[in-house]
Amino acid sequence: MILPFTIVQLVLACVVGLLCVALGLAGRKPNDLTVLSVALVGLLVIAQVVTAIVAPFVGNEPTGSLLEFWMYLGTAAIIPPLAIVWALIERNRWSNVVLGAAAFAIAVMTWRMEQIWSVQLA
Amino acid sequence: MSAQPRTRASGIGRVLVAVYAVLAMAALGRSIFQIIDRFDEAPIAYSLSAAAAVVYVLATIALATGWDRLAWVTVSFELVGVLVIGTISVVAPELLALQGASPFGPKATVWSVYGAGYLFIPLVLPVLGILWLRKRSRASVEA
Repeated sequence: MILPFTIVQLVLACVVGLLCVALGLAGRKPNDLTVLSVALVGLLVIAQVVTAIVAPFVGNEPTGSLLEFWMYLGTAAIIPPLAIVWALIERNRWSNVVLGAAAFAIAVMTWRMEQIWSVQLA
Repeated sequence: MSAQPRTRASGIGRVLVAVYAVLAMAALGRSIFQIIDRFDEAPIAYSLSAAAAVVYVLATIALATGWDRLAWVTVSFELVGVLVIGTISVVAPELLALQGASPFGPKATVWSVYGAGYLFIPLVLPVLGILWLRKRSRASVEA
């Protein structure tokens, strides 16, 4: 993984999470802003998939378990699409909170992926 | 007055289902990895981890489909689990072969140190689940 990219992804996911949860609690239904911002978070996860495939070939090797890393990344890749489908089917304010929760989940998982890739605890 | 709180309650229930689904995936994923990667290091802890994951999946399904009886059983099981295993992991970690294991380390389970490695969500979620189930059963009695 590339640390600056991870940080950008983390910050974006947190901002999007806060935005969606705030709008949801304020009573707004999902709109272009919330759905597309979560789509952007999802797009960056796909970019992370590409990065993770290419990185080992250019000397950026993971220090932790590659299996564990890919389990996180695979799960992270399906969360934003599921949340967006949910928001499109169920158009009420709680779907915005669900979109926000999905973005926060991506933030936490991205952090764990960076740890698995570059920091070993034990 | 009667229609509004109902839709709102079912809406909050949806958020609960979504958060449960994420936790179920996290628990299941970690548990599968632990069992594939190093089951013999802490078999009891990893078996508990797997059992917890399966219960989270069942709870998610029960809450999503409105199967309240199963929801009660699974959500209560989680609350007992996080309290009992959380306490053991703090007081007597050697019982689970978890000596010196950090809640964020490779031997962590969802319930270690009351779910600290998962932002304490495993501790908070069953409580919210029980409150939500109580609220809903009361609403259906009134209706």
